[in-house]
Amino acid sequence: MSHRITNIVVAGLGGQGVLTATDLLAEVLHRAGHDVKKSELKGMSQRGGSVTSDVRFGRVVHSPMVPDHEADFLVILSPDQVEPNRHHLRAGGVMIVPDIIDESRLSNRRTLNVALLGALSAHLEAAAPEAVWIETMRALLPERILAANLEAFAAGRASAKGAG
Amino acid sequence: MGSMGHRLLSGNEAVAQAALDMGVGFGAGYPGTPSTEILENFSALGGRAEWSPNEKVALEVALGASFAGARALATMKHVGLNVAADPLFTAAYTGVRGALVIVSADDPGMASSQNEQDNRRYAVAAGVPMLEPSDSQDAYDMTAEAIEISERWRIPVLLRMTTRVCHSKTRVERRRTPTPPPATSFVRDVKRLVMIPAYARPAHVRLRATLAEIAQWGEACALNRVIAGERKLGIIASGISAIHAQEAAPGATVLKLGLTHPLPIEKARRFAQSVERCVVVEEGDPCLADALRAAGIAVEAKAEAFRFGELSVARIRKLLKGDTSPGFRAPPGKPPQLCPGCPHRLTFEILRKLNCIVSGDIGCYTLGVLPPFEAMDTCVCMGAGITVGLGLRHALPPEQARRVVSVIGDSTFVHSGITGLVEMVYNPPKTGHVVIILDNATTAMTGLQEHPGTGRRLDATPAHPISFEALARALGVPRVRVVDLAKESEAYEGIVAESLAAEALTVLVARRPCILALKKNKE
Repeated sequence: MSHRITNIVVAGLGGQGVLTATDLLAEVLHRAGHDVKKSELKGMSQRGGSVTSDVRFGRVVHSPMVPDHEADFLVILSPDQVEPNRHHLRAGGVMIVPDIIDESRLSNRRTLNVALLGALSAHLEAAAPEAVWIETMRALLPERILAANLEAFAAGRASAKGAG
Repeated sequence: MGSMGHRLLSGNEAVAQAALDMGVGFGAGYPGTPSTEILENFSALGGRAEWSPNEKVALEVALGASFAGARALATMKHVGLNVAADPLFTAAYTGVRGALVIVSADDPGMASSQNEQDNRRYAVAAGVPMLEPSDSQDAYDMTAEAIEISERWRIPVLLRMTTRVCHSKTRVERRRTPTPPPATSFVRDVKRLVMIPAYARPAHVRLRATLAEIAQWGEACALNRVIAGERKLGIIASGISAIHAQEAAPGATVLKLGLTHPLPIEKARRFAQSVERCVVVEEGDPCLADALRAAGIAVEAKAEAFRFGELSVARIRKLLKGDTSPGFRAPPGKPPQLCPGCPHRLTFEILRKLNCIVSGDIGCYTLGVLPPFEAMDTCVCMGAGITVGLGLRHALPPEQARRVVSVIGDSTFVHSGITGLVEMVYNPPKTGHVVIILDNATTAMTGLQEHPGTGRRLDATPAHPISFEALARALGVPRVRVVDLAKESEAYEGIVAESLAAEALTVLVARRPCILALKKNKE
């Protein structure tokens, strides 16, 4: 078990904060003491096209890319990105979709990415405790959007815990 | 905590950090995915960095700085090195006095490029050493090594990155003690620095001798190392392929090459003899396999199918099995589009409506080729929007020639559109021509970089903004018209139609800032 790599893919559309999400996620796992690699394809990502970004962690990670059908977690920021990305997930892997968040509860819709990280964080309890998430968000996010993101994170985390 | 002493950095951030730590006093480049963030980070860390009009200029300015004794860095994407190839080949002869590291960021798989050329060929063709990092730690270490090799042998060094190395984040330990940039001074040395034939002939001989020395050194240097495994399978790889291969074949013995030109041929020969089966795993062209086989080393090369696109763990598993079946194909995602509110949209709506033959160029606006616009007919390389349009005008029958319009972005125009405009004035097509400069006041495609027309430098300090319309007039273009798209959107179509009908040389500057840049500048 200790040698197993955990694979996470985050997918959405350009401008939704996919890369910000995986920057945060990778930094959290790094601070929690894991070997971490993060990969992304950008370039035209700001033009509303599909964007995916991979995060892998464990004791030693080689390739920065999650192989097809090997993602343990697939986090989807836009409902229309479920089908183009389903193939990332392994059998029995967990998909986290935007439906689980009541968007009306987010004071800023642009924090959906962090809300879904909140939901993911509930599944990664053993790898990274909540305190590391909070500490990392405080370190990485600009002051003016920090409060809204902490709130979104808490909402996402609560929704995942509620769902069991 | 495992993170002590390590930071999570992208390959590009790691190059910038190493450049700073190694006392690089000057960095120049032109934005291009996946290389752009190197200079941005170098500048943010306090390094002196500039965006040049294009890669040739960047490399020449950096070369000049190295002649003064500075440690210099030039960054560009793979196709940018084509533009900078002219100085590169002769810089190999002159050599440097300080240090000069040229980053070539290749894009296998073409995440954001018009071709997937393999720039390992340039190291061989120009005769300069090449280092290939596999991850961000390598990017840090090898940037430092490249500077040392450059300084020790007075030769420019190519650092070849690829999209996955540039943009992946991995752990980095900052292993070098920061040193300030060395003092500079001019030392006259015409036999080295003035390449008239009489001095260039011995310079070429000197270059080959230097490369032979570096090859000797490379046989034992730590850049090329064996990762121990079983004798059954040996893999020779460099760059990201070396990392993927360790996961694809966990038991294999791997010769990981950091210095891929000149190649450590004897080390590779011993390695190949030490294993039962030796496979070269490389992305792109079969450069390593060809070179090793030419030296009489028995290695297996990949099948031709693996020349195309990026390699991955799954593809390397297949490569090792000789399995060339197409395998699993991911469903297509949503393609990028011009942003809602993008000022380029109107231009393509009009060009479509007027049934123009559109000679396009490189930038966000290349998306004008896709629905709903479908208003672009050619796109080759930076600057070709103007010149390919001229060629079409020259060769097409007049009724078709009259429909040809060239479109080019503002940053692209500065990069290599100006000589095209000179060509237009010097060799005007019989039917005239219409060039539209899509001026959104930023290099939008690569993430909103400044350029000589924006009035700001890389570090956002003010600069004199060059005026495209004044430049066009100065060159002698008879019809030059600025269209302010914020105020004249209604009149724009009429202006384009009138310009086509005029059958005269016309430059329209369609001006309105990029909506993303406006947002960024407000922040």
